[in-house]
Amino acid sequence: MSTIVNLRQMRVDQRGIIKTVAAQGELGRRIRDMGLVPGTEVTVIGRAPLKDPVALRLKGFTLTLRNSEADFITVELPEDDLV
Amino acid sequence: MSEAIATIALAGNPNAGKTTLFNALTGSRQHVGNYPGITVEKKEGFVDMPSGTVRVIDLPGTYSMTAYSQEELVARDFLVKERPQGIINVIDATSLERNLYLTVQFLELGIPVTLALNMVDALESKGIRIDSDRLADLMRLPVVRTVARSGLGVREALQAALTHPRQSWEPLFISYGPDLDPVLGEMTKLISNAGFLADTYPPRWLALKFLENDLVVRQLFEADYELHRRLRDMADEVARHCEKTLKTQPEFLIADYRYGYISSILRQGVLTVMPDLQGRADLSDKIDAVLTHQVAGPAIMLAILYGLFSVTFTLGEIPMGWVETAFAWLAELAGKMPPGLTRSLIIDGIIAGVGGVLGFVPLILIMFLGITFLEDSGYMARMAYMLDRVFRIFGLHGSSVVPFIISGGIPGGCAVPGVMAARTLRSPKEKLATLLTAPFMACGAKVPVFILLAAAFFPEHGARVMFLITLAGWAAALVAAKMMRSTIIRGPSTPFVMELPPYRMPTAMGLVLHTWERGWQYIRKAGTVILAIAVLIWAMMTFPGLPQEIAAPYEAEMAGIQEQLQAETGEAARGELEASLAALERRLKEEALTHSLAGRLGQAIEPVTAWAGFDWRTNIALLGGIAAKEVIVSTLATAHSMSDAENTDFAARIAAAPGWNTSVAVSLMIFVLLYSPCFVTVVAIAREASWGWAAFSVVFNTAFAFALATATYQLGMSMGW
Ligand SMILES: Nc1nc2c(ncn2[C@@H]2O[C@H](COP(=O)(O)OP(=O)(O)OP(=O)(O)O)[C@@H](O)[C@H]2O)c(=O)[nH]1
Ligand SMILES: [Mg+2]
Repeated sequence: MSTIVNLRQMRVDQRGIIKTVAAQGELGRRIRDMGLVPGTEVTVIGRAPLKDPVALRLKGFTLTLRNSEADFITVELPEDDLV
Repeated sequence: MSEAIATIALAGNPNAGKTTLFNALTGSRQHVGNYPGITVEKKEGFVDMPSGTVRVIDLPGTYSMTAYSQEELVARDFLVKERPQGIINVIDATSLERNLYLTVQFLELGIPVTLALNMVDALESKGIRIDSDRLADLMRLPVVRTVARSGLGVREALQAALTHPRQSWEPLFISYGPDLDPVLGEMTKLISNAGFLADTYPPRWLALKFLENDLVVRQLFEADYELHRRLRDMADEVARHCEKTLKTQPEFLIADYRYGYISSILRQGVLTVMPDLQGRADLSDKIDAVLTHQVAGPAIMLAILYGLFSVTFTLGEIPMGWVETAFAWLAELAGKMPPGLTRSLIIDGIIAGVGGVLGFVPLILIMFLGITFLEDSGYMARMAYMLDRVFRIFGLHGSSVVPFIISGGIPGGCAVPGVMAARTLRSPKEKLATLLTAPFMACGAKVPVFILLAAAFFPEHGARVMFLITLAGWAAALVAAKMMRSTIIRGPSTPFVMELPPYRMPTAMGLVLHTWERGWQYIRKAGTVILAIAVLIWAMMTFPGLPQEIAAPYEAEMAGIQEQLQAETGEAARGELEASLAALERRLKEEALTHSLAGRLGQAIEPVTAWAGFDWRTNIALLGGIAAKEVIVSTLATAHSMSDAENTDFAARIAAAPGWNTSVAVSLMIFVLLYSPCFVTVVAIAREASWGWAAFSVVFNTAFAFALATATYQLGMSMGW
């Protein structure tokens, strides 16, 4: 069975598929404009020194988001991934 | 210039290389940088093609075509209002999928699009292969592979845009699924039956934007009350339906379908990611593992800033000496002129004012070279990323770091480009807080004041004083931002959804061009604004001249000494006479200054400025500094009746002058660092925000600076410094 976690909880180097994006309004729009839509594969590639923001790799580029923004996104981890 | 046969716009995502391509096509030198959002206004250029002259427009980069941000509106308005013959959609081929999201929106608007698949040179190392012919077939538009940086394919791209198979606007139709298609169809029919804005926007595009809650488009519809009401009811109805059945909103459903459309095209053999290379971490990630590391990251950032700082000052000193020598020589040459107003204007006004500024050009160039390197390499974006958490505490945004650094966060910057760089901030509130506080940084024009005072009062600790001043600038900016963001410019923080560009080796050409471009701005300012202000201040310090009855006794006494001097032959006696002549001359100058307009102004405000330890001479220099900080030192020197020849030991004189002590020096440094931005910056603030805010910055900064300077001075005096 696959696990669904919040993007904030993902570890560095962990990979997953975006399941839902709950952000509304301008944030929702910007997140989607940048390609964070359900079905997209994302890898967490790093966190800033104060743990926030987080850097993601998706569709061939690197995107940064604050944790408070990552909260709106849930990710499905592959089955072999142990949290 | 002959009439242009066509207008072609360059559009695409931020940092895709539009300006690089524009420069390669037109031979111009617009600012390029490895940071999303460098271009904020459209730029125009002309290219000669075999068929005639083509007008090319460089548009600001956008990720989408909504009306959320200024840049998107600039780009969108240009496209719909000016209706170019076509666009070259510049695409960063390494992130094709996201870039095509905007392409689809252009196509839905109906513009003939030519794709410039840019940065194809970077594909191989990323293990990506793109079949551009297949992409052209599937999307039914011309695709040209380009490397804008070396000019490869750029003219071909323009040629392709000119000979685009589709010469008229024709919107692309894509399906938005069973939930939206029916209502979209109905709305489109309503709009086209009403003939609403038929010659500007395709009806289906308007319907889509209506569903996407586009405020600008919704406002357009308010012109037709009945139509607006019906469309709104339909939109509300489908929104309720989506919420209930899919737990989403139409605008997000639309985004999902657009991405779906793109990936269905890419899957048909357009995009191949080589599996053997896929797992390999790319170079940028490896660099980031070090440069943004939890511990090493901030340490390296500080080291880079400090390194840049010391390189600027140690390297900058050498050519600075040359320029100073050159101007001293000029002053000496001018000194051979007969004494009088003209000589005084040239030496005390022009050479002291402009020469003082030009002396700093080498330092400024070195410092901008550093900043340009940080920006072009991609490191600036990492600084924004690492500092966001800290800046957010103060109500700013990670991206505020760029305007701060350019304004003088590393001493030597300039608040004018700094204020303009605040445009990369997307939220108006954070942008306002950033541009109001950026002038607190230790810009290049304030640096001479600090160097002078440090040399006079802390001769052993020049570098440390500069470093502390720099930190004080940052601290003041952050604190003031926090004050503003929790009072007059309250509001939630904007999202930090930002692209981190890959690290790129800056091109030597690019570095030289940008450094020169910024250095030139500075030199031009010296030759225009500063020159005018220096002359004005000189005039205010010279006129009105001393009335005859005050000047006469001095002149008589001086004439007497002159006569004695001619008669005297003994070495020692001559020396004495010369000294008293010089002393008299200085007293005469001082009388004249006291009497002048500037002198009176300085004295008028002395009762207040005395709280912070500033006497009337300092006041003159500070008043001049409101116009341009560059003139503070030269005005101070003139106010202490020193001609340029003596400038070298000016620091020593200041240190020994009555009324000066360490408390005054520290208080003055703080005041100069923080008080009113210079005229040019005020104009820049007015342009970016409003005249109201520009006036606010003059008053607020001066009050803030004065309060801090007074507190420092009073504290210092009570401690007996
Ligand atoms: N490797 C490579 N780099 C490129 C190419 N074209 C541009 N660049 C680099 O990409 C970065 C961004 O270029 P710009 O021309 O400023 O991009 P822009 O699209 O105008 O960006 P904004 O003005 O922010 O919208 C710069 O560092 C360029 O040197 C290319 O063909 N190959
Ligand atoms: Mg640009």
